[in-house]
Amino acid sequence: MKTTFPHLLLQHAAQRPEAPALREKEYGIWQTWSWQAAATEMRHMACGLLALGFARGQNLALVSDNRPHVYMGFVAVQSIGGVPIPLYQDAVAGEMVFVIEDADIHFAFVENQEQVDKMLEVRESLPGIQYIIYDDPRGLRNYDQPGLISTAELVAKGAEWDRDHPGVWESMVGQVGPQDVSVILYTSGTTGKPKGVCQTHASFIGSASGAAEVDKLGPSDSIISYLPPAWVGDHLFSLAQWLVAGYTINCPESASTISIDMREIGPTYYFAPPRVFEGMLTTISIRMEDAAPFKRRMYESAMQLARRVGSDILDGKPVGAMDRLKYKLGDLMIYGPLRNAMGLSRIRVAYTAGAAIGPELFRFFRSIGINLKQFYGQTETCAYVCLQRDGQVDLNTVGQAAPGIELKLADNSEVLVKGVSVLKEYYKRPDATAEVIDADGWFHTGDAGVIDTHGQLRIIDRAKDVGKMKGGAMFAPNYIENKLKFFSHVKEAVCFGHEKDKVCAFINIDFDAVGNWAERQNLPYAGYVDLASKAKVLELIADCVAKVNAELAAEPGMAATQVARFLVLHKELDPDDDELTRTRKVRRNFIADKYGVLIDALYDGKSEQFIETQVKFEDGRKGAVSATLKIIDAKTHPARAAA
Amino acid sequence: MTSKKIGDVILDIQNISLRFGGVKALTDISFNVKEHEIRAIIGPNGAGKSSMLNCINGVYTPSEGSITFRGKTFAHMNSRQVAEMGVARTFQNLALFKGMSVIDNIMSGRNLKIKSNLLLQALRIGPAEREEIAHREKVEHIIDFLEIQAFRKTPVGQLPYGLQKRVDLGRALAMEPEVLLLDEPMAGMNVEEKQDMCRFILDVNDEFGTTIVLIEHDMGVVMDISDRVVVLDYGKKIGDGAPDEVRNNEDVIRAYLGAGH
Repeated sequence: MKTTFPHLLLQHAAQRPEAPALREKEYGIWQTWSWQAAATEMRHMACGLLALGFARGQNLALVSDNRPHVYMGFVAVQSIGGVPIPLYQDAVAGEMVFVIEDADIHFAFVENQEQVDKMLEVRESLPGIQYIIYDDPRGLRNYDQPGLISTAELVAKGAEWDRDHPGVWESMVGQVGPQDVSVILYTSGTTGKPKGVCQTHASFIGSASGAAEVDKLGPSDSIISYLPPAWVGDHLFSLAQWLVAGYTINCPESASTISIDMREIGPTYYFAPPRVFEGMLTTISIRMEDAAPFKRRMYESAMQLARRVGSDILDGKPVGAMDRLKYKLGDLMIYGPLRNAMGLSRIRVAYTAGAAIGPELFRFFRSIGINLKQFYGQTETCAYVCLQRDGQVDLNTVGQAAPGIELKLADNSEVLVKGVSVLKEYYKRPDATAEVIDADGWFHTGDAGVIDTHGQLRIIDRAKDVGKMKGGAMFAPNYIENKLKFFSHVKEAVCFGHEKDKVCAFINIDFDAVGNWAERQNLPYAGYVDLASKAKVLELIADCVAKVNAELAAEPGMAATQVARFLVLHKELDPDDDELTRTRKVRRNFIADKYGVLIDALYDGKSEQFIETQVKFEDGRKGAVSATLKIIDAKTHPARAAA
Repeated sequence: MTSKKIGDVILDIQNISLRFGGVKALTDISFNVKEHEIRAIIGPNGAGKSSMLNCINGVYTPSEGSITFRGKTFAHMNSRQVAEMGVARTFQNLALFKGMSVIDNIMSGRNLKIKSNLLLQALRIGPAEREEIAHREKVEHIIDFLEIQAFRKTPVGQLPYGLQKRVDLGRALAMEPEVLLLDEPMAGMNVEEKQDMCRFILDVNDEFGTTIVLIEHDMGVVMDISDRVVVLDYGKKIGDGAPDEVRNNEDVIRAYLGAGH
């Protein structure tokens, strides 16, 4: 692929200037930018940056929710040979310092007052930040710090500069090549400091084209952009595929209106991590439980039919004529309205990735006619390694190698990748680059997997997390945790067992789901800590653990890793307390250190343990929660031969 | 951040007394409100705070004294006239239309600004339609400002209390007032809702330059956000000044903590 993002945007503007490129809902109305308008605004943003003294080769930090100016901003920076670096918008100032220093940032594009405040705080220790460009001027009227400028001012300045310097911007765009770095995405860093992953125009465009080809994405498609722009998935879906396929991206009005906005737009192509789908299903289940008995019965019988034949109909497999007819009727009365309630009426292709998805959840969406599929990839591979093809969707795998990608397994079952999407390097870290890309050009993913006879990849765990128990059995903590998390009452789980004689677990209840359950049981509770310590709730969780143990007992080699003892944590694991990464993956070692006394108590055979924990609130204040946690012995099963 | 510019006196209250039969609700109270400031009225229960607000608002007619707004003195004025002069208020015990949507509630705040006649409005033709669109735009800006986009079409009665308070504020803002009277805007809220409400009050003051007079129980909140504070006790003024002065005023401490603390 011999093109770059700025060239793609200009090409769309030339070929279909009036077609919608971006939409954002504001003041209750969807505001549209045509490709022509987007290209012009992008150009003026770029010229505005030049007017402020932005030079080729510099980096620019972007900290914002999904707003049209973010996506135009990415391209604007690229068009003048700069590199955009998106940061997570919910990170606190302290977390941003490292990246801003590492990437030598002088220019930042931020969304609003909240982010400006963070940048000003960062600037106290890093005076290198010269300009802070903000999108929403609200609350900033009285700020008189140097270097603050609104997007509107930037665009106006740029338009003027463009007039005074004819041809300069065009020649700068001409110098941008496919092998230039197009973006640096900092990995959330489950271990150590974040690393900047440098990706080129060629790799992201190559990945996006491959995916667009598999799923036949085109200008008539429409997506909703609502995931953090700093995350590789959003960069692939809302930027790379947007410019490659030329579809329309829609930015929601605010984080709380996403579901309303989705119903209005009716995206045809959709991506969500499993927890979003889980949220949708939970909402529906709760509302169905509150529905009148007749409606509930109708729903239940329709869902029974859907579970039996829904997936087969979606995959085009043979299904009896009577069932087909019944399914049609169900579609008219239940499945269609359900899809509509979730804003999924027009979905052609939906993807999930980022974490394992529960079997019930996955089947639910497929059975009501949503073509939900999985893919596999990471920041280092533009989130593009494996894709499930239509008609070959299997819950347990993440699909076959995507076009342009080669796949093989190392001796320790680590998944190795070669091809279009592999990163160029880690920013300023040749040592780290050498660690993950070997002499033959294979990228080491760090995930342990199995490739089946059809070339379908199945991911088991992080290669480094896979441990050995004292008895010699393989211990794959994620594998067990995911099984636990598939229960709607369990929000998060952390298992321990490496070099131990048994597996023990921390469990976080799902406050919404368990709270709702408690209300139905007429179980009063005062808050999270109280609910998490109720004997009935512990019984409920013990039941989930026992079911997981039964499943593990039935799997070859897994029987020894049944959860022997567990406790329910008194607080939710939270990225603000560094217990989860910003993408909500557990930071195992950190948690093991922080809650050392609890782990000791689990293995010492104690029946309860007191703990006090520091917590950080969103505004940076600190507090403490304490509780005495009961430790429960779970029901385990003798090993059974796999059926 | 530069400090904001506080202007001249916009509202001057002189020797106000209010009696209900033999009960003296307010006795000889004088204070003024300057343009663009946040002025708090505090005091223990029954001190006469709401009565004071009701006098300014035209709900009660003071038995003695005068109120001067922008140089115009008045002794008798009904609440509609006060509203037309640019004074809006919110209520301690929310007075929203519970069955109507958030949009309609806030739209009702535009009532005084609607010029077209009832018939045109009912038929929604010509100028009435154009006017409605213009008003709706104002309302949408307020919805955006108060971050309640997700509840536009929700009947107000279904919203949690903190959000209803926000809608109440939104309706007052829809009048585009010069002076905004807030009667216990933070009563009954949790910490997070209070923080949000503080932010909104400061933003209203900052973005629209609205002068704000607020009654509040929560001393912490008052001291943090107001420019000057009046303290009432048993219908009398016992303190007036910047938050720090008031905090150290002997009479105020006595009123709040009891004598011989």
